[in-house]
Amino acid sequence: MPPSKVVLRFPAAIADKPIIYRLVKDYDLMINILKANINPHKEGMMVLEVTGEKVEDGLDYLRRQGVAVQPLTEEIIRNEERCTHCGACTAICPTGALYFERPSMLVRFDGEACVVCQLCVRACPMKAMEVRF
Amino acid sequence: MGVHRTFAEINAKIKAGKVVVVTAEELVSLVEEKGVKQAAQEVDVVTTGTFSPMCSSGAFFNFGHSVPRIKFFRVWLNDVPAYAGLAAVDAFLGATAVREGDPLNTDPPGEFRYGGGHVIEDLVARRPVKLKAVGYGTDCYPRREIETVITLDDINEAFLFNPRNAYQNYACAVNTGDRTLYTYMGVLKPRLGNAHYATSGQLSPLLKDPFFRTIGIGTRIFLGGGIGYVVNHGTQHFPSIPDLPPGAVRIPSGGTLAVMGDLKQMSPRWLRGTSMLGYGVSLSVGIGVAIPILDEEVCYYASRPDRELYAPIVDYAEAYPQRRSENLGWVSYAELRSGKITINGKEVPTASLSSYARAREICQILKEWIQEGKFLLTEPVAPLPGPEAGIVPKTLDIRGVKGGRG
Repeated sequence: MPPSKVVLRFPAAIADKPIIYRLVKDYDLMINILKANINPHKEGMMVLEVTGEKVEDGLDYLRRQGVAVQPLTEEIIRNEERCTHCGACTAICPTGALYFERPSMLVRFDGEACVVCQLCVRACPMKAMEVRF
Repeated sequence: MGVHRTFAEINAKIKAGKVVVVTAEELVSLVEEKGVKQAAQEVDVVTTGTFSPMCSSGAFFNFGHSVPRIKFFRVWLNDVPAYAGLAAVDAFLGATAVREGDPLNTDPPGEFRYGGGHVIEDLVARRPVKLKAVGYGTDCYPRREIETVITLDDINEAFLFNPRNAYQNYACAVNTGDRTLYTYMGVLKPRLGNAHYATSGQLSPLLKDPFFRTIGIGTRIFLGGGIGYVVNHGTQHFPSIPDLPPGAVRIPSGGTLAVMGDLKQMSPRWLRGTSMLGYGVSLSVGIGVAIPILDEEVCYYASRPDRELYAPIVDYAEAYPQRRSENLGWVSYAELRSGKITINGKEVPTASLSSYARAREICQILKEWIQEGKFLLTEPVAPLPGPEAGIVPKTLDIRGVKGGRG
């Protein structure tokens, strides 16, 4: 099974519960936390990569606990109109999701390789990289 | 005896629809295949281009007169301050002017989301822009304030006037320090984490006519998608020949152009507001120059490939901010464009601030304009100073005020 990347949103009431632990213990999933934070309202956000046979069961478990689950692919988008293919993002991107295609020298964005670190969002001089929540 | 052409002969061929135009990239290949002599015989014109942030840019405006009239004392466009120290309703807006109330670098690195460059982009995109001005009131200009909305088509004149564009060559920026740097060369990761360069190399106008044999005052150019002109050498025009490594073509490095053109002809594809994290705002400008192949020498320089064009590697941790002229060596544009270079034995990923893809597109557009007879070449009215002029940078030293009226 290829890994799935999901964005999880935890309401304040459950942000302090050991929920991710259950994915490992009860659903035998391999997890990789790519990004996590808790906002001042105590709501949690996590970008998670999950691999295993029971990914769907695990995600259903999360939903039953009140966690909002969204696929990650929609998260960072490139505004094609604004991108000028300068390449200022390409050496900043830690995973190579943004890269020069040669010899066209066009900047390509591979959403599969993106871990939503958002470095490109701030570094892009044209403000072409957008976070979609 | 090699080939010799004049501007007039080439223009006659353009008008007759018989001109042979190639892009700089095509000329590089042609010369590799057939040699300089043969290529010079076949080709009349080569087109060059660059698309990059160019901070020393801006625009002059005349907004027309209100009733009653006002003489601007202070003026803002979309809350970005412009310079009003001109006649009543004239103003100059600089590309790096920052919107009032911008947090700047108070919580570094600042994002600098909107400024002069963005106002210029909004205007050429035909988006409405808020004009606000205050006056102090005179008998001839009684109004003291005005707030209205304009578009580019509503105002009398708008012309781009960029004191320094199209840098002949530029540094490859790196960071040997221990913290991330936020610069006009982009985000530079610590300990040589990346290297950023900023010209289009073998497509770049002044690298292709390095001794300014064809580009001079009066040269008609592609500017921001419209027609513009070279009006002077640019500020900080220091066209000396640096101490280049073996394998590099011996050419000057520091030439610049001052350019102007009618903003109303230009487009947001080629004039783009730009935000450099932690540094400020700027304007990315598309410039294209057509070089007439007057003889084999012009053809030789115009056909130098990326592997013969070199950029100095400059450390932005110490050397640049402290104005030390040292560099960490030289690197060819072929290496830079490959995606990685080696500095002090370390492999460093490279990236560009200047869009090679867009520069290539400018070369192609200009080629089509010439083929269609829409763009004629211009012989310079006066030449630009070359390396023989011996211009050296002056420095700004800190000293007390004596005399003068300061």
